[in-house]
Amino acid sequence: MNNIIVMPMMLPVLVGIILLFLRPYVKTQRTISLLVFLGNIGISVYVLQLIQQNGVMRLDFGGWQPPFGILFVADSFAMLLVLSSSVVAAACLIYSFSSVKPSFEKNFFYSFVLFLIAGVNGSFLTGDIFNLFVCFEIMLLSSYVLIAFGGKKRQLRESIKYVIINVVSSWIFLVAIAYLYGVVGTLNMAHISERIAEVGQTPMVTVISVVFLTVFALKAGLFLYFWLPGSYSVPITPIAALFGALLTKVGIYAMFRVFTLLFYQEQQITHTLIGILAALTLIGGSIGAVAYKDIRLVASYNVIIAVGFILVGLAVATPSAIEGSIYYLIHDIIIKALLFLLVGTMIAVTGQTRIDEISGLIKNHPLLGWLFFLTTLSLSGIPPLSGFIGKVLIGEGTVAAGSYVLLALAFISSIFVLYSLMRIFLTSFWGETIISKDEEVPAKKGWIVSTCILALGTIALGLGAEPMSVYVQDAAETLLNPQIYIDAVLGGN
Amino acid sequence: METLVTILAGVLVTVATYLLLSKSLIRVIIGTAILTHAAHLIIMVVAGLKTGTVPIVGEGDPVDPLPQALILTSIVIGFAVTAVSLVLAYRTYQEIGTDKLDKLRGNPDE
Amino acid sequence: MKINNVILRTVAKLVFFIILTLAVYLFFAGHNSPGGGFSGGLVLASALVLLFIVFDIETIQKGLPIDFKLVAAFGAFLSVGTGFGALIFGDNFLTQAFDYFNVPFFGEIELTTVTIFEGGVALVVVGVVVTILLSISEDE
Repeated sequence: MNNIIVMPMMLPVLVGIILLFLRPYVKTQRTISLLVFLGNIGISVYVLQLIQQNGVMRLDFGGWQPPFGILFVADSFAMLLVLSSSVVAAACLIYSFSSVKPSFEKNFFYSFVLFLIAGVNGSFLTGDIFNLFVCFEIMLLSSYVLIAFGGKKRQLRESIKYVIINVVSSWIFLVAIAYLYGVVGTLNMAHISERIAEVGQTPMVTVISVVFLTVFALKAGLFLYFWLPGSYSVPITPIAALFGALLTKVGIYAMFRVFTLLFYQEQQITHTLIGILAALTLIGGSIGAVAYKDIRLVASYNVIIAVGFILVGLAVATPSAIEGSIYYLIHDIIIKALLFLLVGTMIAVTGQTRIDEISGLIKNHPLLGWLFFLTTLSLSGIPPLSGFIGKVLIGEGTVAAGSYVLLALAFISSIFVLYSLMRIFLTSFWGETIISKDEEVPAKKGWIVSTCILALGTIALGLGAEPMSVYVQDAAETLLNPQIYIDAVLGGN
Repeated sequence: METLVTILAGVLVTVATYLLLSKSLIRVIIGTAILTHAAHLIIMVVAGLKTGTVPIVGEGDPVDPLPQALILTSIVIGFAVTAVSLVLAYRTYQEIGTDKLDKLRGNPDE
Repeated sequence: MKINNVILRTVAKLVFFIILTLAVYLFFAGHNSPGGGFSGGLVLASALVLLFIVFDIETIQKGLPIDFKLVAAFGAFLSVGTGFGALIFGDNFLTQAFDYFNVPFFGEIELTTVTIFEGGVALVVVGVVVTILLSISEDE
């Protein structure tokens, strides 16, 4: 009995529902929702320790034994992501205390944030592929509501695009699940893996795996990222940060889970395809990141580059590359939230969105400037910050696998990341200060606090790579040996 | 029977694609709803269409109980998504005064 | 907007209760045969929608002063609450219990916690459907 592993999903759901009753009491809503995320951080650290001691944990809902019931499975990979999502959610929540309009707060803003996080954590933890679909939908439904908060023309347009793209991709997901169920006759992921292993990955199963790849590529922005920059640049700042940090990562997580646990036998087909898509994503993202002058779009294209980079690790699938991908995934969740919060703050204090209209910010906002510089360094992988270790390990993996094209593209893209952000730093923070101090909106305390928390996070993640490596290696080992996961799920209590 | 229902699912996808590509927002939303129902038919077909008895407690050849559970879950989700997109469409109609998608196009810098 | 439609109004008053009966029947039938919280809730919501369409919204809201958002929230709370209830008794999350009781007048009946869960689902459906209808039709 491991009821604790359901908490990262169900605690936000329960509290989100309770907050619906507390509509007028904004202060109470804030406190309670922050407490939930802090609680989730504690729970995920505790569960990580438990996994170290007892191996992969599972919880059968309603006591129905797998493969008949639905279940949650907590391995190190899932819990590391739950931990980072809780940290990011807490930071974004602190930011939104001082940036979200009171009218939004009274319209169930915090409830929907909690539901969003519940969907994200549920997707990380579930061990049933249909349940994965359901958790995706919980996450997407809340994101449909959150993206439209504000209701300006541009926001509505991008929301409509976002909703329709996601409905269509959910449809493909549902069809893929139907096909898979028709072929293997089960929905429990460990059981599917076992059945596929018994008969070998037939061409039919490989075709289904490519359908899954299409779905997750749409959700994660792997090559099919055309909808992403528009949608991620319209919502209000804390929501944009949550989207940029978490939503694409759920797609990436699903891809890792599905292609290491279920369809791992025909790597020359599926993983080559992922490699090609990752390469195209890196190229497209890099071009986008340097092509635009709207800083929100630059940040959105940086999300796309990171997606490509992480999936390079999955494409080569060597132990060190997978480990590097896990490091980079955690790093990217934290640093993308920080980047979006900083970009949102820059827009909030100046009221401008284009880099050539913002200049000399460092004079009035030195801390903001240096935080941005730190983010730039961390994103481009300068040691000792958190991006470094992931990049090195993925590089090592690609060299070991002999995929030098991916290696070259991955590291050239880092230069593009550096260039695109340095350009913002140099033009917007340096130069002549065109906006006088009293014209500017002063940066609020909550903005600084939340960005500082995340900045400390990236430093701590970089310096603490050594103590963290125990968990990351465990996560990589579970991903590379599906049998560990299968035994934990199907091997009795 | 399976062939017929598969063809029906295909027809629904065709209809939905036509609606999704139209310019009217309300048609697009109806298109997404029809698209989901096509997926439900596919789920029903892959598990096989047959008459059997109640699973677990019934005697004789039972039917697979899972597809109907999946379809019900998916119907609920589809219902919620359609509801949210209708509200979104209504808000857009209030803001823009039309439900034509090409009227939404505009300068990204506005 | 008021439509003076005598036949519709008269019939609606009658049909409303028939629909309600069907909703209750579907809700309880769902325990062992087709039906259940979702379909029962939808039918119940359709009865309310009929009222809102035939009479106008203000009249109905005067006679039925319920915030349907809270109805949905309360339903969701009930459903999730039964899941958490299992934790208190040390069972797996979402474990449901049932037992047979001898109730005077009715005789032996089966009482289950699934019914609470389903009741929650029905309330969510009613709340959400009516809320969306009202928010779309609030102005001319």
